[in-house]
Amino acid sequence: MANFKDAGHLLRMAAVFAVGIALFLVARSIFVPKSFGQYGHYRGAALAEVASKPVMFAGHGACEGCHTDVYEVKSKGVHAHVACEACHGPLAKHADDPTALQPPKMDVAVLCVRCHEAGLAKPKTFPQVVSAEHSGGVVCDTCHQPHSPRIGDATTASAEKPSGGSK
Amino acid sequence: MSLTRRHFLILLPAAAVAWEALVAGTPEAAPNYNMTDHWWGLLIDVTKCIGCGTCVQACQAENLVPDGYYRTWVERYHVADWSIENPVVDSPDGGKHGFPASKNEGGKNFYVPKMCNHCADSPCTQVCPVGATFVSPDGVVLVDQKYCLGCRYCIQACPYGCRFLNPETNTASKCTLCYHRITKGLTTACCETCPTGTRQLVDLKNPNDPVHKFIETHSVQVLKPHLATKAKAFYYGLDGSVR
Repeated sequence: MANFKDAGHLLRMAAVFAVGIALFLVARSIFVPKSFGQYGHYRGAALAEVASKPVMFAGHGACEGCHTDVYEVKSKGVHAHVACEACHGPLAKHADDPTALQPPKMDVAVLCVRCHEAGLAKPKTFPQVVSAEHSGGVVCDTCHQPHSPRIGDATTASAEKPSGGSK
Repeated sequence: MSLTRRHFLILLPAAAVAWEALVAGTPEAAPNYNMTDHWWGLLIDVTKCIGCGTCVQACQAENLVPDGYYRTWVERYHVADWSIENPVVDSPDGGKHGFPASKNEGGKNFYVPKMCNHCADSPCTQVCPVGATFVSPDGVVLVDQKYCLGCRYCIQACPYGCRFLNPETNTASKCTLCYHRITKGLTTACCETCPTGTRQLVDLKNPNDPVHKFIETHSVQVLKPHLATKAKAFYYGLDGSVR
């Protein structure tokens, strides 16, 4: 120890550093969220938080399970690829518990023209009409059955019966 | 054996590291969904878009997006003659309620749905000063609402204009590619409700996904490829006027 006879201040300094580093590590372990760095430079738990948000649109698979009669008609028509909730709106609550939420009434005057009103920017192959000229104010479902709209296909508007879940 | 002060000091940092490892615990396992099995993207077939705005409405309903803010929107393009450098673009209410009729002025008219491109090398995540936004292991760009400071840096950084500051939470907000849906085996709200199949979710790690096959065998492109963001929203039939 003869070589370090005046080393006391160095040791005290080293001790201060050691305590400082230890405090930093302790503080870091307290303040940095537990899952930070689990997958990368972010809080890993955030993934589960985003994934846990409630679903609003049940998906057409959920509808087709109960409303088999509508599915039967729709799958044969030109609207086969249009998902139920594209027109009927978000109905996950109804799918979870059919009594909890009844699907709102559809306003065909608004719904049909949303897609089918003629527009310059629409693809030429897409069926579109100038609604005022096409029907002269007669509502669309007088002639077209929305689930299978081509006249003469599957069933007519009047032949469609209310589906399983609705009363 | 007695512990000298010297040995105590030597052991202290090691003990601190061990304690940190102890309190960190083990990560939670995600149920029934393996992140590393997926790499999500999107196909947008511009040739099918009719500008109905169903996707915009569905997105707002699914994700409770405040009025006047859009996680996805639809643009209408008009290109006069050959002048693809100067398109006329409009998007009233993000195309949420469709588009008003336009005069026939010749040239090209078409709709382009826009949304987060879920870039694999995204500028928005690189600029976040606190690690509040990130690319998930399955390729979705997400925001950690609890960690975001609301500094808006990411909003400036996104070259596609896909982010906004949510006025209710004062944190950055954006398309999550319906992460809460795709992790449950559903498709996104916009893809689910798109009546023409313009938008389709694609798993770029699943070779049997038909949309994956489509991208593999057709001429597709991403927006602003020169920025090398590795965008994963693939556009089919896109005109050169779209930026």
